[in-house]
Amino acid sequence: MPKGILTFETEKCKGCGLCVAFCPVKILYLDKSTMNQSGYNIIKITDPDKCIACATCALMCPDSIITVEVNN
Amino acid sequence: MDIKYKKTNGLTDTPLSYCPGCSHGIVHKLVAETLEELGVLGETIAIASVGCSVFSYKFFNVDAVQAAHGRACAVATGVKRNLPDRIVFTYQGDGDLASIGIAETIHAANRKENITVIFINNCIYGMTGGQMAPTSLIGQKTTTSQTGRKSDVHGNPIHISEMFSQIEGVAYLERVSVCNPRQVRNAKKAIKKAFTYQMEKKGFTMIEVLSSCPVNWGMTPVDALKWIEEKMTPVFPLKVFKDLGDEKNV
Amino acid sequence: MAKQLMKGNEAIARAAMLGGLDAFFGYPITPQNEVPEYLSRYMLEEGKVFVQSESEVAAINMVYGAAAAGFRAMTSSSSPGIALKQEGITYLCGSELPCVICSVMRGGPGLGSIQPSQGDYNQATRGGGNGDYHVIVFAPETIQETIDIMKEAFDIADYYRNPVMILVDGLIGQMMESVDLTRPVKKRFLPEKDFATTGTNHHNKRNVVNSLYLESAELEAHNLALKKKYDKVIINDTRYELINMEDPDYVIVAFGTMSRVCRSAIETLSEKKIRVGIIRPISLWPFPNRAFETLEAPHLKGILVVEMNLGQMLTDVIVANNGKYPIGFYGRAGGVVPDPSNVVDAIVHFKDLVVK
Repeated sequence: MPKGILTFETEKCKGCGLCVAFCPVKILYLDKSTMNQSGYNIIKITDPDKCIACATCALMCPDSIITVEVNN
Repeated sequence: MDIKYKKTNGLTDTPLSYCPGCSHGIVHKLVAETLEELGVLGETIAIASVGCSVFSYKFFNVDAVQAAHGRACAVATGVKRNLPDRIVFTYQGDGDLASIGIAETIHAANRKENITVIFINNCIYGMTGGQMAPTSLIGQKTTTSQTGRKSDVHGNPIHISEMFSQIEGVAYLERVSVCNPRQVRNAKKAIKKAFTYQMEKKGFTMIEVLSSCPVNWGMTPVDALKWIEEKMTPVFPLKVFKDLGDEKNV
Repeated sequence: MAKQLMKGNEAIARAAMLGGLDAFFGYPITPQNEVPEYLSRYMLEEGKVFVQSESEVAAINMVYGAAAAGFRAMTSSSSPGIALKQEGITYLCGSELPCVICSVMRGGPGLGSIQPSQGDYNQATRGGGNGDYHVIVFAPETIQETIDIMKEAFDIADYYRNPVMILVDGLIGQMMESVDLTRPVKKRFLPEKDFATTGTNHHNKRNVVNSLYLESAELEAHNLALKKKYDKVIINDTRYELINMEDPDYVIVAFGTMSRVCRSAIETLSEKKIRVGIIRPISLWPFPNRAFETLEAPHLKGILVVEMNLGQMLTDVIVANNGKYPIGFYGRAGGVVPDPSNVVDAIVHFKDLVVK
């Protein structure tokens, strides 16, 4: 399985949670303990190794803050 | 390391002004990616309407003209008739297109203007704080239908794509939604087809996108996308209404 | 001298093409129909753009789009149609877009009549749109003058990046006169249209045509910049004509068709040994205040404002006169066109017509 590396432009994250909901391997969550400049809880990964680089998170992100890299 | 997915160059760096989880952002991305992939960013003129997406002229990385409320298709006509080899598209919400601007939109289609219309149907007026739109569903509570839309008081949701499918000038017309990854991918395919038909000078193309408005619907962004699927699509079925390229459905 | 007989509306259309018209958007309304009819044929013949729109609202917004793309665009209509265009016109001013709007006035208010009138003086000079803006308004009195101003109108619009209105009435639009289409036009240095939205491949920075400024300080700065432009118009393009103004007993203020009627009236009056001059505004906005500020007439008994409405330019004359001379008013409405004898009577009975 290809391994994905996610990078987030957290300052532009609005904590909408769409990526969290649609990630097929359920490795994303909104970190309630940290906020960005705009006061939104930002997106974090639980287990980076499980990322299968499907890019569904990036597809669903309304603010295009997610970049997905893959080394296959 | 290969890039599997990154932000398109079709969008500027200006942060989007939309509420968290609003699907305007998704549709902006699909349009911007399409223009980039077709290699026409430098040949495109966007016509921004009035509504939440009025600021789209800040977000699409193309030349843009901000049109008066409802008049985007007339402005697009003025641009396209004089620049027939450029790509011209309007980006309009249901208030702008289905209410105040319905005449301009219908007649642009009827004149077979070679433009693409991105029609965002989210059953509400977002920018002004949640009023009823022509596409609001029966029973839907809004700030101007506070006990729910009633057919004999407020009329019924208007079916734009169905209406436009009767117009000969229309070359491609599809209603899509962005309520889940599969629908988002399908929406992009539809948008790409619409712009491709414009490049081939086939006529008027329009994609109606069932979209969410979490804040004014009073839902979380995820629930809002579910609401599209469960409540909107039964009223606004997703299908290709017209496809000149595909002769069999004429 | 290439003289030919031409109908006013057709002269307007041909002059617009001679003035460099690229794109026309119009809608049927009497008494200006010959303008779109003429252009529907000759614009397409010359590979230019002509669209009959679904409404006057759509037409002015098509003009807005064409102008944003850097083209010389025009629409024409009559009174109620011009009323529908007001929002589009304030957008054009707010976005600093050049265009030409031809208004062929008819009786009002409401559906009114199709007879000539000057009832849209306020509509043209005050505007029905929102915000602080002005349309540069010219009111020719003959078909020849209409042609000469129309041929220059796009240059003026491009020079100031602002709409220009040619304001005539149904009489000028419908009658025929012998005209010369070949008169030279004053040359102006015109700025590059670097604002035009033609696609980023075709110019360097990304162009956006827009009138939305949510930051009030930014919008105020924009308004002040527009005001500076309008002040420049006042200095450079205020136009009027003084007729028979050597030591008059009375002065008539009239424009367009009305000033032509008054030209005949003052001849009859001079036979009655009453010397009457005429101040004829050609630009209605900017209004020719200078003509009143510099008015030296030791024997002047009063100024008579004559209009085909019930007193609209009257207000501007009262302001410009600033209490110096008594002001009288004679006006007819509804499409009634006074004849010279009405004007003669009005001067003779000036005292009864003095405005308090």
